[in-house]
Amino acid sequence: MKIAISSSGDTLDAQLDPRFGRATGFILFDTETRSTLFINNNQSLEAAQGAGIQSAQHVVNAGADVLITGHAGPKAFAVLTAAGVPVYLAKAGSVRQALAQWEAGELVRITSADVEGHWV
Amino acid sequence: MRIAVASGKGGTGKTTVAVSLALAAQGRVHLLDCDVEEPNVALFLKVSDPVESPVCVPIPVIDETRCTACGECARFCEFNAIVRVGKTVLVFPELCHSCGGCALVCPEKAIQEEASQIGMLTEGCVSRVSSGAVTSESSAPDIGFYQGLLSIGKAMSPPVIRAVKDHSRSEADVDTLEIIDAPPGTSCPMGTALTGVDYVILVTEPTPFGLHDLSLAVETVRVMGIPFGVIINRSDSGDDRVVSYCSSEGIRILLQIPEERRIAAGYSRGEPLIVAAPEYRRTFSALAGLLIHEWKNRTGRGGTP
Repeated sequence: MKIAISSSGDTLDAQLDPRFGRATGFILFDTETRSTLFINNNQSLEAAQGAGIQSAQHVVNAGADVLITGHAGPKAFAVLTAAGVPVYLAKAGSVRQALAQWEAGELVRITSADVEGHWV
Repeated sequence: MRIAVASGKGGTGKTTVAVSLALAAQGRVHLLDCDVEEPNVALFLKVSDPVESPVCVPIPVIDETRCTACGECARFCEFNAIVRVGKTVLVFPELCHSCGGCALVCPEKAIQEEASQIGMLTEGCVSRVSSGAVTSESSAPDIGFYQGLLSIGKAMSPPVIRAVKDHSRSEADVDTLEIIDAPPGTSCPMGTALTGVDYVILVTEPTPFGLHDLSLAVETVRVMGIPFGVIINRSDSGDDRVVSYCSSEGIRILLQIPEERRIAAGYSRGEPLIVAAPEYRRTFSALAGLLIHEWKNRTGRGGTP
Protein backbone atom coordinates (compact mmCIF):
# COMPACT_ATOMS: atom_id res chain seq x y z
CA MET A 1 0.00 0.00 0.00
CA LYS A 2 1.24 3.49 -0.85
CA ILE A 3 0.76 6.41 1.50
CA ALA A 4 1.15 9.99 0.28
CA ILE A 5 2.08 12.59 2.91
CA SER A 6 2.22 16.31 2.14
CA SER A 7 5.75 17.31 2.99
CA SER A 8 7.95 20.38 3.12
CA GLY A 9 11.00 18.32 2.14
CA ASP A 10 12.11 15.14 0.43
CA THR A 11 12.91 12.93 3.44
CA LEU A 12 10.91 11.27 6.18
CA ASP A 13 12.41 13.72 8.66
CA ALA A 14 11.04 16.74 6.80
CA GLN A 15 8.14 18.58 8.40
CA LEU A 16 4.65 17.64 7.32
CA ASP A 17 3.35 20.45 5.08
CA PRO A 18 -0.07 21.36 6.51
CA ARG A 19 -1.21 22.62 3.11
CA PHE A 20 -2.42 20.15 0.53
CA GLY A 21 -2.94 22.04 -2.73
CA ARG A 22 0.14 24.17 -2.32
CA ALA A 23 2.28 21.70 -0.43
CA THR A 24 5.96 21.74 -1.33
CA GLY A 25 5.68 18.11 -2.35
CA PHE A 26 4.55 14.66 -1.33
CA ILE A 27 6.42 11.73 0.17
CA LEU A 28 5.11 8.49 -1.25
CA PHE A 29 5.75 5.75 1.30
CA ASP A 30 5.43 2.09 0.34
CA THR A 31 4.29 0.11 3.39
CA GLU A 32 5.60 -3.18 1.98
CA THR A 33 9.10 -2.14 0.94
CA ARG A 34 9.31 0.74 3.50
CA SER A 35 10.77 2.81 0.67
CA THR A 36 10.03 6.46 -0.03
CA LEU A 37 9.69 8.51 -3.17
CA PHE A 38 9.45 12.32 -3.30
CA ILE A 39 6.95 13.89 -5.70
CA ASN A 40 7.56 17.59 -6.21
CA ASN A 41 4.51 19.80 -6.48
CA ASN A 42 5.95 22.72 -8.45
CA GLN A 43 3.22 22.62 -11.06
CA SER A 44 0.53 23.15 -8.41
CA LEU A 45 2.59 25.76 -6.58
CA GLU A 46 2.63 27.76 -9.79
CA ALA A 47 -1.02 27.18 -10.71
CA ALA A 48 -3.10 30.35 -10.77
CA GLN A 49 -6.08 28.40 -9.50
CA GLY A 50 -7.17 24.83 -8.88
CA ALA A 51 -3.97 23.89 -7.04
CA GLY A 52 -5.84 21.45 -4.80
CA ILE A 53 -7.40 19.74 -7.81
CA GLN A 54 -4.04 19.44 -9.52
CA SER A 55 -2.29 18.15 -6.40
CA ALA A 56 -5.02 15.56 -5.97
CA GLN A 57 -4.40 14.43 -9.53
CA HIS A 58 -0.66 14.13 -8.86
CA VAL A 59 -1.25 12.05 -5.76
CA VAL A 60 -3.76 9.80 -7.52
CA ASN A 61 -1.59 9.40 -10.60
CA ALA A 62 1.37 8.49 -8.40
CA GLY A 63 -0.66 5.53 -7.21
CA ALA A 64 -1.35 6.65 -3.64
CA ASP A 65 -3.91 4.57 -1.76
CA VAL A 66 -4.09 6.88 1.26
CA LEU A 67 -3.36 10.58 1.80
CA ILE A 68 -2.11 12.19 5.00
CA THR A 69 -2.11 15.99 5.05
CA GLY A 70 -2.90 18.98 7.27
CA HIS A 71 -6.04 20.25 5.56
CA ALA A 72 -8.12 19.46 2.48
CA GLY A 73 -10.51 21.81 0.70
CA PRO A 74 -13.74 20.84 -1.07
CA LYS A 75 -12.42 20.51 -4.63
CA ALA A 76 -9.35 18.51 -3.66
CA PHE A 77 -11.53 16.33 -1.47
CA ALA A 78 -13.97 15.73 -4.35
CA VAL A 79 -11.16 14.53 -6.62
CA LEU A 80 -9.64 12.30 -3.95
CA THR A 81 -13.05 10.85 -3.14
CA ALA A 82 -13.74 10.15 -6.82
CA ALA A 83 -10.43 8.31 -6.95
CA GLY A 84 -11.22 6.38 -3.78
CA VAL A 85 -8.29 7.81 -1.82
CA PRO A 86 -9.14 8.25 1.89
CA VAL A 87 -7.84 11.43 3.55
CA TYR A 88 -6.37 11.48 7.06
CA LEU A 89 -5.46 14.70 8.87
CA ALA A 90 -2.28 15.07 10.87
CA LYS A 91 -1.07 17.94 13.04
CA ALA A 92 2.37 19.47 12.63
CA GLY A 93 5.39 17.25 13.10
CA SER A 94 7.68 15.26 10.87
CA VAL A 95 6.48 13.06 8.04
CA ARG A 96 7.91 10.10 9.97
CA GLN A 97 5.79 10.97 13.01
CA ALA A 98 2.66 11.35 10.88
CA LEU A 99 3.27 7.93 9.32
CA ALA A 100 3.78 6.34 12.72
CA GLN A 101 0.54 7.89 13.96
CA TRP A 102 -1.32 6.61 10.91
CA GLU A 103 0.10 3.10 11.32
CA ALA A 104 -0.93 3.19 14.98
CA GLY A 105 -4.45 4.12 13.93
CA GLU A 106 -4.24 7.49 15.68
CA LEU A 107 -5.17 9.73 12.73
CA VAL A 108 -8.73 10.75 11.92
CA ARG A 109 -10.14 10.05 8.49
CA ILE A 110 -12.26 12.98 7.26
CA THR A 111 -15.54 12.46 5.43
CA SER A 112 -15.74 15.99 4.02
CA ALA A 113 -13.43 18.92 3.42
CA ASP A 114 -12.17 20.42 6.67
CA VAL A 115 -11.56 23.90 5.25
CA GLU A 116 -13.37 26.09 2.73
CA GLY A 117 -12.30 26.60 -0.83
CA HIS A 118 -10.54 29.77 -1.89
CA TRP A 119 -9.63 31.44 -5.11
CA VAL A 120 -5.98 32.25 -5.09
CA MET B 1 -16.64 57.87 -27.64
CA ARG B 2 -16.00 55.63 -24.64
CA ILE B 3 -14.61 57.07 -21.42
CA ALA B 4 -13.81 54.81 -18.47
CA VAL B 5 -13.62 56.18 -14.95
CA ALA B 6 -11.17 54.04 -13.01
CA SER B 7 -8.84 54.18 -10.03
CA GLY B 8 -6.41 51.96 -8.29
CA LYS B 9 -7.77 52.50 -4.85
CA GLY B 10 -11.45 51.97 -4.13
CA GLY B 11 -13.59 54.69 -2.60
CA THR B 12 -11.85 57.61 -4.29
CA GLY B 13 -14.90 58.87 -6.18
CA LYS B 14 -15.19 56.92 -9.45
CA THR B 15 -18.96 56.75 -9.22
CA THR B 16 -19.22 60.39 -8.14
CA VAL B 17 -17.28 61.43 -11.24
CA ALA B 18 -18.99 58.99 -13.64
CA VAL B 19 -22.50 60.00 -12.55
CA SER B 20 -21.81 63.73 -12.72
CA LEU B 21 -20.04 63.44 -16.05
CA ALA B 22 -22.99 61.51 -17.49
CA LEU B 23 -25.55 63.99 -16.15
CA ALA B 24 -23.61 67.05 -17.31
CA ALA B 25 -22.53 65.85 -20.76
CA GLN B 26 -24.42 67.06 -23.82
CA GLY B 27 -26.21 64.78 -26.22
CA ARG B 28 -26.70 61.03 -26.11
CA VAL B 29 -25.11 59.37 -23.14
CA HIS B 30 -24.89 55.80 -21.89
CA LEU B 31 -23.78 55.25 -18.31
CA LEU B 32 -22.39 51.77 -17.63
CA ASP B 33 -21.93 50.45 -14.11
CA CYS B 34 -19.18 47.89 -14.67
CA ASP B 35 -18.29 47.57 -10.99
CA VAL B 36 -20.31 44.37 -11.09
CA GLU B 37 -19.24 43.08 -7.69
CA GLU B 38 -20.86 46.06 -6.01
CA PRO B 39 -22.63 48.32 -8.51
CA ASN B 40 -23.71 51.59 -6.89
CA VAL B 41 -24.47 54.05 -9.70
CA ALA B 42 -28.18 53.36 -9.25
CA LEU B 43 -28.02 54.68 -5.68
CA PHE B 44 -27.54 58.17 -7.12
CA LEU B 45 -29.97 58.07 -10.02
CA LYS B 46 -33.61 57.23 -10.52
CA VAL B 47 -33.61 54.41 -13.05
CA SER B 48 -36.92 54.01 -14.85
CA ASP B 49 -38.26 50.98 -16.71
CA PRO B 50 -35.46 48.64 -15.64
CA VAL B 51 -35.33 45.43 -17.65
CA GLU B 52 -33.30 42.52 -16.36
CA SER B 53 -31.72 39.74 -18.36
CA PRO B 54 -29.46 36.94 -17.15
CA VAL B 55 -25.77 36.84 -18.08
CA CYS B 56 -24.67 33.29 -18.82
CA VAL B 57 -21.42 31.58 -19.70
CA PRO B 58 -20.99 28.19 -21.39
CA ILE B 59 -19.86 25.42 -19.03
CA PRO B 60 -18.90 21.90 -20.15
CA VAL B 61 -21.22 19.02 -19.37
CA ILE B 62 -19.92 15.51 -19.92
CA ASP B 63 -22.06 12.93 -21.64
CA GLU B 64 -21.03 9.89 -19.63
CA THR B 65 -22.43 7.48 -22.18
CA ARG B 66 -19.89 8.72 -24.74
CA CYS B 67 -16.96 9.62 -22.46
CA THR B 68 -14.12 7.10 -22.49
CA ALA B 69 -12.20 8.94 -19.74
CA CYS B 70 -9.29 9.47 -22.12
CA GLY B 71 -8.40 12.66 -20.22
CA GLU B 72 -7.78 14.90 -23.26
CA CYS B 73 -10.10 17.57 -21.85
CA ALA B 74 -8.34 17.58 -18.47
CA ARG B 75 -4.94 17.81 -20.16
CA PHE B 76 -6.12 20.73 -22.24
CA CYS B 77 -7.69 22.75 -19.42
CA GLU B 78 -5.23 25.39 -18.15
CA PHE B 79 -7.53 26.23 -15.26
CA ASN B 80 -7.89 22.81 -13.62
CA ALA B 81 -11.63 23.04 -14.22
CA ILE B 82 -11.75 19.46 -15.52
CA VAL B 83 -9.94 16.49 -14.02
CA ARG B 84 -9.87 12.83 -14.86
CA VAL B 85 -9.39 10.40 -12.03
CA GLY B 86 -9.51 6.78 -13.05
CA LYS B 87 -12.66 6.35 -15.11
CA THR B 88 -14.29 9.49 -13.78
CA VAL B 89 -14.16 12.99 -15.25
CA LEU B 90 -15.03 15.78 -12.85
CA VAL B 91 -15.98 19.33 -13.86
CA PHE B 92 -15.52 22.31 -11.52
CA PRO B 93 -17.68 25.00 -13.15
CA GLU B 94 -16.46 27.77 -10.84
CA LEU B 95 -12.94 27.43 -12.25
CA CYS B 96 -14.03 27.31 -15.90
CA HIS B 97 -13.12 30.28 -18.10
CA SER B 98 -15.57 29.16 -20.82
CA CYS B 99 -12.92 28.90 -23.52
CA GLY B 100 -14.62 25.90 -25.09
CA GLY B 101 -11.32 24.09 -25.62
CA CYS B 102 -12.39 20.91 -23.82
CA ALA B 103 -15.30 20.41 -26.20
CA LEU B 104 -13.01 20.99 -29.20
CA VAL B 105 -10.35 18.49 -28.16
CA CYS B 106 -12.76 15.74 -27.05
CA PRO B 107 -12.31 12.92 -29.59
CA GLU B 108 -15.62 11.33 -28.58
CA LYS B 109 -17.70 14.52 -28.88
CA ALA B 110 -18.82 13.79 -25.35
CA ILE B 111 -18.72 17.40 -24.14
CA GLN B 112 -21.64 19.74 -24.60
CA GLU B 113 -21.53 23.33 -23.40
CA GLU B 114 -24.52 24.47 -21.40
CA ALA B 115 -25.39 27.98 -20.30
CA SER B 116 -24.78 28.74 -16.65
CA GLN B 117 -25.96 32.01 -15.16
CA ILE B 118 -23.28 34.07 -13.43
CA GLY B 119 -24.93 37.45 -13.22
CA MET B 120 -27.68 39.86 -14.19
CA LEU B 121 -27.72 42.71 -16.66
CA THR B 122 -30.08 45.61 -15.94
CA GLU B 123 -30.94 48.12 -18.60
CA GLY B 124 -33.06 51.21 -18.05
CA CYS B 125 -33.07 54.93 -18.54
CA VAL B 126 -32.39 57.90 -16.33
CA SER B 127 -34.13 61.23 -16.73
CA ARG B 128 -31.70 64.09 -16.21
CA VAL B 129 -34.65 66.18 -15.04
CA SER B 130 -35.81 63.80 -12.33
CA SER B 131 -32.20 63.32 -11.24
CA GLY B 132 -32.13 67.04 -10.49
CA ALA B 133 -29.38 67.73 -12.99
CA VAL B 134 -31.36 69.99 -15.31
CA THR B 135 -34.62 71.88 -14.97
CA SER B 136 -35.80 71.87 -18.56
CA GLU B 137 -36.18 68.89 -20.84
CA SER B 138 -35.35 70.90 -23.93
CA SER B 139 -31.86 69.61 -24.67
CA ALA B 140 -31.54 66.80 -22.22
CA PRO B 141 -32.32 63.36 -23.61
CA ASP B 142 -32.56 60.49 -21.15
CA ILE B 143 -29.38 58.66 -20.23
CA GLY B 144 -29.19 54.99 -21.17
CA PHE B 145 -28.33 53.03 -18.03
CA TYR B 146 -26.61 49.63 -18.06
CA GLN B 147 -25.61 47.73 -14.96
CA GLY B 148 -24.02 44.35 -14.37
CA LEU B 149 -24.39 42.40 -11.15
CA LEU B 150 -22.29 39.33 -10.45
CA SER B 151 -24.25 36.53 -8.77
CA ILE B 152 -23.39 35.77 -5.17
CA GLY B 153 -20.83 32.97 -4.97
CA LYS B 154 -19.48 33.55 -8.49
CA ALA B 155 -15.88 34.63 -8.82
CA MET B 156 -15.42 35.63 -12.42
CA SER B 157 -16.69 39.09 -13.19
CA PRO B 158 -15.15 39.78 -16.64
CA PRO B 159 -17.92 38.02 -18.62
CA VAL B 160 -20.54 40.14 -16.82
CA ILE B 161 -18.53 43.31 -17.52
CA ARG B 162 -18.23 42.35 -21.20
CA ALA B 163 -22.00 41.73 -21.36
CA VAL B 164 -22.69 45.23 -20.03
CA LYS B 165 -20.31 46.82 -22.53
CA ASP B 166 -21.52 44.75 -25.48
CA HIS B 167 -25.15 45.53 -24.71
CA SER B 168 -24.51 49.25 -24.47
CA ARG B 169 -22.46 49.22 -27.65
CA SER B 170 -25.21 47.43 -29.56
CA GLU B 171 -27.56 50.30 -28.71
CA ALA B 172 -25.08 53.13 -29.24
CA ASP B 173 -24.54 55.19 -32.37
CA VAL B 174 -21.43 57.07 -33.46
CA ASP B 175 -22.28 60.13 -31.39
CA THR B 176 -23.14 58.29 -28.19
CA LEU B 177 -20.87 59.07 -25.26
CA GLU B 178 -20.41 55.87 -23.25
CA ILE B 179 -19.21 56.46 -19.69
CA ILE B 180 -17.97 53.39 -17.86
CA ASP B 181 -17.81 53.27 -14.06
CA ALA B 182 -14.97 50.73 -13.73
CA PRO B 183 -14.23 48.41 -10.82
CA PRO B 184 -11.34 49.38 -8.52
CA GLY B 185 -7.95 47.72 -8.63
CA THR B 186 -5.73 46.89 -11.57
CA SER B 187 -6.57 43.23 -12.19
CA CYS B 188 -8.73 41.45 -14.79
CA PRO B 189 -12.06 43.18 -13.96
CA MET B 190 -10.48 46.62 -14.33
CA GLY B 191 -8.66 45.56 -17.50
CA THR B 192 -11.87 44.18 -18.95
CA ALA B 193 -13.74 47.41 -18.20
CA LEU B 194 -11.00 49.47 -19.87
CA THR B 195 -10.51 47.31 -22.96
CA GLY B 196 -11.46 49.25 -26.08
CA VAL B 197 -12.11 52.60 -24.39
CA ASP B 198 -10.87 55.86 -25.88
CA TYR B 199 -9.95 57.66 -22.68
CA VAL B 200 -9.48 56.84 -19.00
CA ILE B 201 -10.11 59.20 -16.11
CA LEU B 202 -8.20 58.01 -13.06
CA VAL B 203 -9.75 59.26 -9.85
CA THR B 204 -7.53 59.42 -6.80
CA GLU B 205 -7.20 61.09 -3.43
CA PRO B 206 -4.16 62.91 -2.00
CA THR B 207 -3.17 60.19 0.45
CA PRO B 208 -0.21 57.76 0.43
CA PHE B 209 -2.59 54.90 -0.40
CA GLY B 210 -4.26 56.95 -3.12
CA LEU B 211 -0.89 57.77 -4.67
CA HIS B 212 0.39 54.20 -4.44
CA ASP B 213 -2.63 52.74 -6.19
CA LEU B 214 -2.76 55.59 -8.69
CA SER B 215 0.78 54.71 -9.78
CA LEU B 216 -0.30 51.08 -10.33
CA ALA B 217 -3.30 52.23 -12.34
CA VAL B 218 -1.08 54.57 -14.39
CA GLU B 219 1.25 51.68 -15.22
CA THR B 220 -1.72 49.54 -16.27
CA VAL B 221 -3.27 52.21 -18.48
CA ARG B 222 0.11 52.97 -20.08
CA VAL B 223 0.58 49.29 -20.94
CA MET B 224 -2.90 49.30 -22.47
CA GLY B 225 -1.93 52.39 -24.49
CA ILE B 226 -4.99 54.44 -23.59
CA PRO B 227 -4.81 58.24 -23.16
CA PHE B 228 -5.63 59.25 -19.60
CA GLY B 229 -5.83 62.08 -17.09
CA VAL B 230 -6.27 62.34 -13.35
CA ILE B 231 -8.98 63.79 -11.13
CA ILE B 232 -7.94 64.41 -7.52
CA ASN B 233 -10.95 64.14 -5.25
CA ARG B 234 -10.98 65.70 -1.75
CA SER B 235 -7.91 67.43 -3.14
CA ASP B 236 -7.15 69.52 -0.07
CA SER B 237 -7.51 66.70 2.45
CA GLY B 238 -4.00 65.24 2.24
CA ASP B 239 -0.65 66.34 0.92
CA ASP B 240 0.71 67.39 -2.47
CA ARG B 241 2.51 64.19 -3.38
CA VAL B 242 -0.10 63.19 -5.98
CA VAL B 243 0.34 66.56 -7.68
CA SER B 244 4.15 66.19 -7.60
CA TYR B 245 3.91 62.66 -8.96
CA CYS B 246 1.67 63.77 -11.82
CA SER B 247 3.93 66.66 -12.76
CA SER B 248 7.08 64.54 -12.67
CA GLU B 249 5.39 61.86 -14.79
CA GLY B 250 3.90 64.38 -17.20
CA ILE B 251 0.36 63.33 -16.33
CA ARG B 252 -2.44 65.80 -16.89
CA ILE B 253 -4.56 66.70 -13.87
CA LEU B 254 -8.02 67.25 -15.29
CA LEU B 255 -9.73 68.47 -12.17
CA GLN B 256 -9.24 68.89 -8.44
CA ILE B 257 -12.32 68.67 -6.25
CA PRO B 258 -11.73 70.12 -2.77
CA GLU B 259 -13.36 68.46 0.21
CA GLU B 260 -16.71 70.01 1.08
CA ARG B 261 -19.25 69.12 3.70
CA ARG B 262 -22.05 70.05 1.25
CA ILE B 263 -20.87 67.40 -1.24
CA ALA B 264 -20.45 64.75 1.47
CA ALA B 265 -23.91 65.48 2.88
CA GLY B 266 -25.42 65.22 -0.62
CA TYR B 267 -23.58 61.96 -1.21
CA SER B 268 -25.01 60.51 1.98
CA ARG B 269 -28.49 61.37 0.72
CA GLY B 270 -27.77 59.73 -2.65
CA GLU B 271 -27.42 63.02 -4.52
CA PRO B 272 -25.05 63.31 -7.47
CA LEU B 273 -22.19 65.76 -6.97
CA ILE B 274 -23.53 68.22 -9.54
CA VAL B 275 -26.85 68.30 -7.71
CA ALA B 276 -25.33 68.84 -4.28
CA ALA B 277 -22.90 71.42 -5.69
CA PRO B 278 -24.56 72.79 -8.87
CA GLU B 279 -21.62 74.98 -9.86
CA TYR B 280 -19.82 71.75 -10.83
CA ARG B 281 -22.34 71.14 -13.60
CA ARG B 282 -20.49 73.49 -15.94
CA THR B 283 -17.16 71.99 -14.88
CA PHE B 284 -18.22 68.45 -15.78
CA SER B 285 -20.02 69.59 -18.92
CA ALA B 286 -16.85 71.36 -20.05
CA LEU B 287 -14.72 68.33 -19.17
CA ALA B 288 -16.92 66.02 -21.26
CA GLY B 289 -16.84 68.53 -24.12
CA LEU B 290 -13.06 68.85 -23.93
CA LEU B 291 -12.43 65.08 -23.91
CA ILE B 292 -14.77 64.56 -26.87
CA HIS B 293 -13.13 67.42 -28.76
CA GLU B 294 -9.64 66.04 -28.17
CA TRP B 295 -10.73 62.55 -29.14
CA LYS B 296 -12.20 63.83 -32.39
CA ASN B 297 -8.94 65.59 -33.17
CA ARG B 298 -6.90 62.51 -32.28
CA THR B 299 -8.96 60.20 -34.42
CA GLY B 300 -9.50 62.57 -37.32
CA ARG B 301 -13.21 62.89 -36.64
CA GLY B 302 -12.94 66.64 -36.14
CA GLY B 303 -13.63 69.27 -38.76
CA THR B 304 -17.34 68.64 -39.06
CA PRO B 305 -19.34 71.74 -38.15
